[in-house]
Amino acid sequence: MNVHEYQAKELLSRFGVGIPAGIAALTVEEAVAAAKQLPGPLYVVKAQIHAGGRGKGKFKELPADAKGGVRLAKSVEEVEAFAREMLGNTLVTVQTGAAGKQVNRLYVTDGVDIAKEYYLSMVVDRATGRVAMIVSTEGGMDIEEVAHSTPEKIATITIDPAQGFMPHHGRAVGYALKLTGELNKQAGTIAKQLYTAFMALDCDMLEINPLVETKDGNLLVLDTKMSFDSNALYRHPDVVALRDETEEDPAEIEASKYDLAYIKLDGNIGCMVNGAGLAMATMDIIKLNGEFPANFLDVGGGATTEKVTAAFKLILSDPAVKGILVNIFGGIMKCDIIADGIVAAAKEVNLQVPLVVRLEGTNVQQGKDILAGSGLPIVPANDLGDAAQKIVAAVRKVS
Amino acid sequence: MSILVNKHTKVITQGMTGKTGAFHTQAALDYGTQMVAGVTPGKGGTSHIGLPQYDTVAEAKAATGATASCIYVPPPGAADAILEAIDAQMELIVCITEGIPVLDMVRVKRALQGSKSRLIGPNCPGVLTPDECKIGIMPGSIFKKGSVGVVSRSGTLTYEAVFQTSNIGLGQTTAVGIGGDPVNGTNFIDVLELFLADEETKSIIMIGEIGGDAEEKAAQFLIDEAKRGRKKPMAGFIAGRSAPPGRRMGHAGAIVSGGKGDAESKIAAMEAAGIRVSPSPSLLGETLAEVLKG
Repeated sequence: MNVHEYQAKELLSRFGVGIPAGIAALTVEEAVAAAKQLPGPLYVVKAQIHAGGRGKGKFKELPADAKGGVRLAKSVEEVEAFAREMLGNTLVTVQTGAAGKQVNRLYVTDGVDIAKEYYLSMVVDRATGRVAMIVSTEGGMDIEEVAHSTPEKIATITIDPAQGFMPHHGRAVGYALKLTGELNKQAGTIAKQLYTAFMALDCDMLEINPLVETKDGNLLVLDTKMSFDSNALYRHPDVVALRDETEEDPAEIEASKYDLAYIKLDGNIGCMVNGAGLAMATMDIIKLNGEFPANFLDVGGGATTEKVTAAFKLILSDPAVKGILVNIFGGIMKCDIIADGIVAAAKEVNLQVPLVVRLEGTNVQQGKDILAGSGLPIVPANDLGDAAQKIVAAVRKVS
Repeated sequence: MSILVNKHTKVITQGMTGKTGAFHTQAALDYGTQMVAGVTPGKGGTSHIGLPQYDTVAEAKAATGATASCIYVPPPGAADAILEAIDAQMELIVCITEGIPVLDMVRVKRALQGSKSRLIGPNCPGVLTPDECKIGIMPGSIFKKGSVGVVSRSGTLTYEAVFQTSNIGLGQTTAVGIGGDPVNGTNFIDVLELFLADEETKSIIMIGEIGGDAEEKAAQFLIDEAKRGRKKPMAGFIAGRSAPPGRRMGHAGAIVSGGKGDAESKIAAMEAAGIRVSPSPSLLGETLAEVLKG
């Protein structure tokens, strides 16, 4: 789960992390009121969407030479004008795709006199199974480009969970940023605060870009992206409360209600599969046979008839779907439960597109019997290759 | 021979009185596995589906001589259940639970270092040696005793490999699902090492998927072992060739993995290590048969 910049900064400030003063605003009036509460005379008006590249982004509805989604304002009046231009309009950045994202929230912050910019992020490194801090002197840049062209400018510091964040980790962060004296100490402090926040909030990823050194000698988090481990949200109701569903795909929200993993794609063959690996392999084999999958859908383990029915409705909500392939290899899931769900859902939605079903594994014969006795036009398949060929043939016959 | 488990392996279930735990413990009993006890705190002294229940793993181990534990405890308590099994020095811990918070697994991974335990999973289908021992949720009916070692990150693709090698008559020595979570107990290299050392395993199927660099590391391990004269015929598959680039907010993950992790990079690494990578998940068995024909 992702949150907005202003929410992430508010969370970080609870752990003592230094951030520029700022207030979120949903309307032009709120943006003006926010600016009046800040000391001025410089303000920054920042569009709040769940995507990076906002500063260099463009608004669809504004002229091409209009400013982007992060703007420096020199007066309260300018804050008002910027808020009017940004709210309700669509910001397109390198991360939003061509459709862009509507800006519904702004963050009005204090202007900061920047002396230098740095980069600091944290993730769980799957190679070591530990939290890694990635630090670079090249802040504010496209960090993937920095890693590619000048890897020597990136330092990775791994933290042993048995000891936690030690003073030597803090010093290492400071030296990696080429900081000495008081600023080196500050870097250690802020790195420890960020690590504490990462662990306490079950973050999936925490990226500070840039971390800035101000002209008066302080380190502040100027921009941050934060995402959370969805498996750990049950123990963080305060984080769940920050969820902004307008930033998410409605079909994926519907899927998450039933604990289904669904991602919409551009093809015309709907897929329902158990297990992420087999779901990806099913997409692969459809493509290998010359057609494209309409979605990734993993019904997971222990699915109920209700869950399978919901999965079916979700697939059929996409008008591009010309046929459906169900591929279930039962282990933890029983094939008869899947068959019940398929029959119930097919009846409920009055299925009009070809349906190929491949079942294998636990209770496979009961599952096949239920499908055969349903009176529905379901095409059974013997194995995955057979299933892919049958659905591709069926879809081509339709179109 | 086989790896990890055989007919002498005595197994307990942690979280046996739940619906899933009970169903699959019964299935393991039906398969002939030596299931000897269950552990459910507060239910010590009772019996469930004919097996004695204990309050703690240590008690169950002392009373039964079990060396392996299978965990079905729901996510909030799963890491604690694994840590309890490590504490009780269970030799083999298989965790089926899906959805454990990754930072819980960071702590578990650390606890495994220097311990007497090996963890398979979490978020995996388990380990099965045909006709001898089934730990986890794999459907026993698709297995056949034979010569192929199967190791996979994906649960259901493990079944594909097993089913196909059974159908062409090769059968399996042991199948191991190592699980798809970012932080897990046992990686490809650990299992490949066991298969290379096992005399009855004549060939190996390895199934990976996009993300991380476990497949690339395994490929390098195989290249190094081949130089030492240890090599077995192998087929493989990588799931996710058709997956679109994932949506993400930051770049930190990409930097840690150093640009590795896509399907093409994994396939290239596996082929460089002499693994014949099947273009289709339905041709795993055939691909291996072709490799064996030479």
